[in-house]
Order: sequence, then structure tokens, then C-alpha cells
Amino acid sequence: MARNRQRDRQQKQYPRLTHPLVRDPVSGELRPASWDEALSRAAAGFRAVTAAHGPDAFGMFSCSRATNEMNYVAQKFARVVMGTNNVDSCNRTCHAPSVAGLSAVFGSGGGTSSYGEVEDTDLIVMWGSNARFAHPIFFHHVLKGIRNGARMYAVDPRRTSTAEWAESWLGLNVGTDIPLAHAVGREIIHAGLANHAFIERATSGFEEYAAHVEPWTPSVAEKVTGVPADAIRDLAHAYATAERAQLCWTLGITEHHNGTDNVRALINLALLTGHVGRYGSGLQPLRGQNNVQGGGDMGAIPNRLPGFQDILDPPVRSKFERAWDVVIQPRYGLNLTEMFEAMEAGELRAVYCIGENPAQSEADTEQAIRRLTSLEHLVVQDIFLTRTAELADVVLPATAAWCETDGTTTNSERRVQRVRKAVEPPGEAREDIDILCELARRLGHDWEFADAEEVWNELRAVSPDHFGMTYERLEKHQGIQWPCPSTDRLEPTYLHGRLWESDPARRGARAPFGPVKHDPPVDLTDDAYPIRLTTGRRLDSYNTGVQSGGFASPLRRGEYIELCPEDADRYRVEAEEWVRVTSRRGSVVAPVWIDPGLRPGLAFMTMHFPDEVDTNSLTIEANCPIAGTAEFKASAIRIEKLPVTAVRS
Amino acid sequence: MTAIPLRPPRRLVDLTLDGEPVRAPEGSTLLDACRAAGKDVPTLCQGDTLTPKNACRVCVVEVEGSRTLAPACSRRVEPGMEVRTDTERARHSRKVVLELLASSTDLSTTPGAAEWIEEYGAEPDRFGAEAARVAEEPKVDNDLYVRDYSKCVLCYKCVDACGEQWQNTFAIAVAGRGFDARISTEHDAPLTDSACVYCGNCVEVCPTGALSFKTEFDMRAAGTWDESAQTETTTVCAYCGVGCNLTLHVQDNEIVKVTSPHDNPVTHGNLCIKGRFGYQHVQNHAQNQD
Repeated sequence: MARNRQRDRQQKQYPRLTHPLVRDPVSGELRPASWDEALSRAAAGFRAVTAAHGPDAFGMFSCSRATNEMNYVAQKFARVVMGTNNVDSCNRTCHAPSVAGLSAVFGSGGGTSSYGEVEDTDLIVMWGSNARFAHPIFFHHVLKGIRNGARMYAVDPRRTSTAEWAESWLGLNVGTDIPLAHAVGREIIHAGLANHAFIERATSGFEEYAAHVEPWTPSVAEKVTGVPADAIRDLAHAYATAERAQLCWTLGITEHHNGTDNVRALINLALLTGHVGRYGSGLQPLRGQNNVQGGGDMGAIPNRLPGFQDILDPPVRSKFERAWDVVIQPRYGLNLTEMFEAMEAGELRAVYCIGENPAQSEADTEQAIRRLTSLEHLVVQDIFLTRTAELADVVLPATAAWCETDGTTTNSERRVQRVRKAVEPPGEAREDIDILCELARRLGHDWEFADAEEVWNELRAVSPDHFGMTYERLEKHQGIQWPCPSTDRLEPTYLHGRLWESDPARRGARAPFGPVKHDPPVDLTDDAYPIRLTTGRRLDSYNTGVQSGGFASPLRRGEYIELCPEDADRYRVEAEEWVRVTSRRGSVVAPVWIDPGLRPGLAFMTMHFPDEVDTNSLTIEANCPIAGTAEFKASAIRIEKLPVTAVRS
Repeated sequence: MTAIPLRPPRRLVDLTLDGEPVRAPEGSTLLDACRAAGKDVPTLCQGDTLTPKNACRVCVVEVEGSRTLAPACSRRVEPGMEVRTDTERARHSRKVVLELLASSTDLSTTPGAAEWIEEYGAEPDRFGAEAARVAEEPKVDNDLYVRDYSKCVLCYKCVDACGEQWQNTFAIAVAGRGFDARISTEHDAPLTDSACVYCGNCVEVCPTGALSFKTEFDMRAAGTWDESAQTETTTVCAYCGVGCNLTLHVQDNEIVKVTSPHDNPVTHGNLCIKGRFGYQHVQNHAQNQD
């Protein structure tokens, strides 16, 4: 089979936005406008909506692709200028369950380890992650670890190229992570391998947890998960007896209707074995966007102020009220998912969307577009005229944060690093912070930031975890991991070392076990929709493809519905044959690709080519009630051969 | 809690370089010690992110008591070592090695080569035009990078970077023996039919320009490649959350190639296809599109 189908299927190319656009009231079309007109229109719309319906009729979609500084200013805009905590970003569609789960257990939502520790660890569990494709340079550190003698276990419904490096592949049924984790936990307890000294000293709720997982014998779990009982036992013993172990996961864990529960189920295993808070032992959610960690850290989430400080904490709130000279609502705002629901209910009427493309990245895209269209006022600030921007009343051309502005971003190991301006933006495009400040000015707030560093220093003054990170130090150390409360020293590379302190006062709050229940995917397979569709990434493409579609990748072959050879036989379809793929929400046509790494009943697609094959019109908006993330990983579909006349050339 | 793990401590080793006493951390190479002492020892195949292969033999120095010249890139410092970097014998050896390399391969895009040839008085022409080891057109079989084996000095850095030292993709290896030895994909297939994942980590370590970015290759062909007019700015990749550092090489406000800082703790100079080549979207302007 041709490994790389040449680019005979063209992906839509997005040209850079170079001028502001406004929707013409007469023609209803977007037309070029001056910055002055566009900003006035944007500000007037926000002002009119909040005057009529109150501040919570406004929502800010901040941007995980932009700098920390821009996210800081964006959330400040929502809270100070608009007076609402309705601010969120695409973390909601990916790793919000990781943040929710980790912060519920440890009080902090960041991954607990750093990349270097992966090279020095003894065991690596990659759970629901094709890191070889989705996080290739992180996987370099994994490979170094393997070369140094670490063993890796891959837990994934697909036998991916990540799994090819594993000692053992546990190919579980989609959505059965909790039964598998529970069985691993039960086996650890029954084999006498639990770290009782750590459990007694640093955790709570062990007895309840032990009783909770008791029914999940390896053989019961085998029936539910599809993973052989021996493989479950093997993983349990390997993880529990390793001197150091890293448990890494990505969206295979989080993009479920119970993603936060999935995360808790994994954290339970770390608590059971003491594989957290030590060098080489920890929990690593691999973040999917260049600054999804930093966006949340900067307060561009509805429940936390900058520095991941709780809005409901009165001393925290009053600190920010003094710093910003404004009253902050003493309640959580709406997250991205809730903002979409509030659009449906007519409660959210104006949205300022920066650098996000929810019209294509949300599950059940038709519904998302309908909701965005129902808004009274939509302002989109982006570098491209995305599908979302096409729906806007005002489109503001921005700069590409990573090469046309200065600032910082925060990576998956909590390392804050400098981004620097290397090229001039095209046309009249302006920097995000500059645009935000212009809009704020039109809405009565005169913010003067000479440069990104000045924004950063304002953030440092209110965020203890960031206080020690001056730009000068960030340069000198090639980035610094948070927490960094002091300007004259660095903290350990891992979090929660406190759990190992002998002094109870220094040890702090206990880390609670989470007795979570198995809850299968919402979208059940049946005779009409017999195939389980899961989604993920390919190596050379990225999310909705507006960026990665811009370069000529020899690997790119467009969207396919990937099936295992057995299913292709069963449905009498061949490689490259176009078929109709239908879920309970929508239908697309796509050619077939045969992947022997899949198992019967399991299909795979990506969301990289939404303009050609809109995979997200198939996915279900079944959200995690805690984190709001949708179940992108588990849709029920069927495949139909197309009539010969409909076959595309 | 001060629980930052430390690497095993490294003792300092006393040795002499050209008669001067110096101290170097144990485990470091003679090349490291020379560079720390400000001595310019030429090398082609040494890669700061790779295990020394000591293939090119340009960096040889004299070690007291040693019968043969030692490659500075791979010989470790030892207590009491007496090293001479600029003796007649070392200089003569470098001269001949440079003559052999420059007569058989095209070093026109090798940084430093012209200066070393002049410094050591090498005369590559004395072997005649037929000394060329590989005479073939550059292989242009994809949009991202070009292979020009007439410039290859067989240092194996690309093989190591693609293989077990970093990328673990094993798309390229050495085929043939002796004079026929050459870097090749499996069955000498086009890259597009190989295991290559276009990370460009081989291009990153290539010392001669045998592997080059298509942008650079095209601009050189058009006569518009001008390193003196380029700026280099290090920033962070715009794709996944790993946070790889990118050095953007910019000429006339266009990104013309992307490298990665070798001393960076996240990347160690490595990138994936998106980080290395996925920058084009920022410079896709309406007037440039079909």
C-alpha cells in the first residue's frame, strides 16, 4: 500500500487576515473596515448587550495558543472591563479533567513531573496517549528512558506507534479506563504491594477505595475492558514494584463524559503506590496546546484568578480587587461548555472569541454553529478568517503569538519560557494585548502596558507561584518551572514533595482517594450504530488544521475512516473506497484506510480536515459534569457503502 | 525541602594543553577542554548532542606517549595528560584529511571549511577532478528537505540522529562498503516511500549542507540565500504543549528555516515535522496563494 498518498486531496488553505472586517448591516456580508470603525463596533456591541442584560451576558473565549501575557490581559478584560467571570478557553475541550482531577487531589492542576525525570524513571505507563504522534519530543524523553532501562506499558484502544515501544500493550475497550484502573488497584492491594506507609501518612479515604475496587477482580475487569487478566496483573505488579514510575495520559482519558473520574481513577494508583511527589515518580497529563497550561495559570478560566487562585477565597479576591481597583464577582463564571448552553438559553448574548475556532473544534458542530449564530454580538480576533470568524459581527486581525509578539508560554512540565517576536505581522494586523487595551479604553479603562514584560510583572505581583520568574531569570535558565516564589532560588522539578515530609504541618492536606464509578460511554453501540468511533491526532497535522494545513507535508493524506482489516472485510469495503459514516448526530463521507492497529468494532478519525470531512459533526456533546469536556473519544457509528454513482473520483 | 537530585559530582582533572596547565571536568573530551581554553580545533563530525563517532579525523591532536594522533572529539581527559594541539604532525594530518575530504566531496556549504583549507594550506585539487566520491544530482523528492550526497562526508551524524540516539525512526542508514559507502534510505527508495517522518533532526546535525531545507536549497539556487541578512530568534513552538524551542531564521521578514537550540533542556536540538516545518501558515498571504 502506498505509504504516503500524495496531496491529491487538497486541504483548504487559510490566508492571513490583514484588515479588520465588520458585518455590513445592509448586505449582511463581512466587509473591510478601518481599525477605528471595527473597534467602535466591537465595543458598542459589548456595551449594548451588557447594558441590557447585565455583565454575565458576556463571555470571553481566551486563547491557549497565545502568550501568558495575553491570557492575563484577556481575563482581566472579562473581570474588570466587563465585570464577569465568564472566561475560558479550549482547555475545556481537552485537559480540563486533568486540571480538575489533579487540583481536587493535590490542590494544584499542573502535571507533577518534568520531562527529564522520564529519562531517569524505571517504569512509564502511557495511558490513552499516542505520544509518539501527538507529543513527539516528549516521546524523545520517553525513548531516552527506555534506552536507560525503563519499561513502558501502553494502555490504549489502538495499538499505536507509541505501543510499538511498549513492553506490553493493554488494548482496552473505549471508555473502560475506570474498570481497568480499579482492577490494577485491587491487584496491588491483594498482592500486598500497596505503599501503606505513604497511604497512612499522606492520603485519605483508602478504606473506602479498597472496598470500592474490591469487585473489580482481574477476571471481571477482563470481561468489561477486553484486557486479559494476566496483563492487568502484570501492569499492577510492574507499577507497584517499580522504584520510580511515571503515569502519563492525554485525551484518551480526558475526552469522555466522565473524564475527571477517569483522571481520579489514575491518580488513585499513584496514591496507592506512592508514585507521586518524588523525583522520577509522578503524574503527567501531556497538554495538547502550546499554552493550555499557561492560559489556566493566568486565570483565563471561570473559577480561578491568576496564579490558579480560587475566586471563592475572600483574601484572594480582595487582593485582586485592590490590585485592579474593581469588585470581582464572588462566584464562579461559566466555563466554555456552559457558555454554549447559556447561548442556547438566550442568557449569553455577546462573545469575544480570541484565537479559538469552536465552530469546528466543539463536539456536534452543527449545534455549536447554530448557537454561535444566535448571539447578538460576536467579535472574533484571529490570524485567519476561520469558520468561527465567518460568523462574527466584527473580525479583528491579530498577530501570531509565537513569532510576531514577545511574551511567555507555559509547557506541559510547567516550564515558563520566553517567546520572541521574529517577524513583522502582515498588513494592519495588531498584537492581541494592544487590541484588548484599545477595546478596554473604548469601554472606559485606560490600561497602559509598555510591553509584554510590564504585563508579566503585574502578574508576578499578584501570583506567588510566578513571583520569582523575572524575564531576566527566564532567559538565564532557559525557562523556569512553577512554582517559583522566590527570585533567588529554584524549586524541585516535581510537585508535592510535601507529601513525603515527616512533619504533619509541612506535609499539609491529605491527598484523597477518589472512589469513582464506571460509567460506560453515553453513545452506546447497537445494531443501527455497531461501530465504536474514537478520535485522535496524526503526526503532521494539528487540531482543526488551520495552521498545519498551511505547510506541504509529505505525510499528509487527508481524512480517512480507519478500520481494521477484519471490519473492512465484514463491511465489504476496500482501502481508498469512499463510504458514508453516520452517527446519531450527523453523517460524512470519507475514504477507508486499513489500520491493523485497530481491533474489530473500533474505527478511528481525526478532526484535522473539518472543511473536507467534518468529523465533529459525528461526535457527541456528552460533557463531563465536573470539567465540561465532551466525549470526543466515544461515538457510535455505522458505515455504508456508497452507491456507485456517488463514488467520488 | 531541598530535594533537587544532583548528578554524581564531577572531579576536575589536571592536564596540560600546549604546555599550559588546565583543569577539565572528568568525563569531558579533549575537544571540550580545548574549547574551554579558547583553542580552535577544527572538526566536522563532532555533534554536541551526539555520541562522538570520530569519523572525520579533522580534530586530531597529539597526546604525549600515544603512538597515534588522537581524535579530540572522543578522547576523554585523563589526569596528567600532555596534549599538543598545534604540532607539525597534527597540522600535517589535518591538512591531508582536509585535502582528502575536499577533493572527494563538495565542501562549498560547510561552515569553516574554506578557512581551514586556507589555514592548513590544503590543496584538494592535487587529486584531480576524478577524485569525486559521489557525482550525482541532489535528490529533491519532497517539499521539505533536500539530500545532496555529493556534499556528504559520511560522518554518520544523520544516521545517529534518526536512529537510536534521538528519533528512533531508522529511516536512513549506511549502504555499501568502502568507496561505495553512502547514506541511504532502505532500498534507496525516495524519502516519500521511506520510514522518514520529516522531523528534520538529520538536517539539524548535518555539518556540510548535504542535507538542507528545501527553502535554503531553492534560495541558494536562485542566488537569494544571504545569511548575513538573516536574523535568528529563539521562540517556542506553536503546536502541542511540549514547549519545544525554535530558532527562526528570518530573511526579508520571511522565516526561511527553523533550527533548535542544542543546549535546550526540552528539545536538545530536536523537533518534529510540525515544529520544524509547520511555520508556513503565518506567512501564507492572500496575494501569494493560487
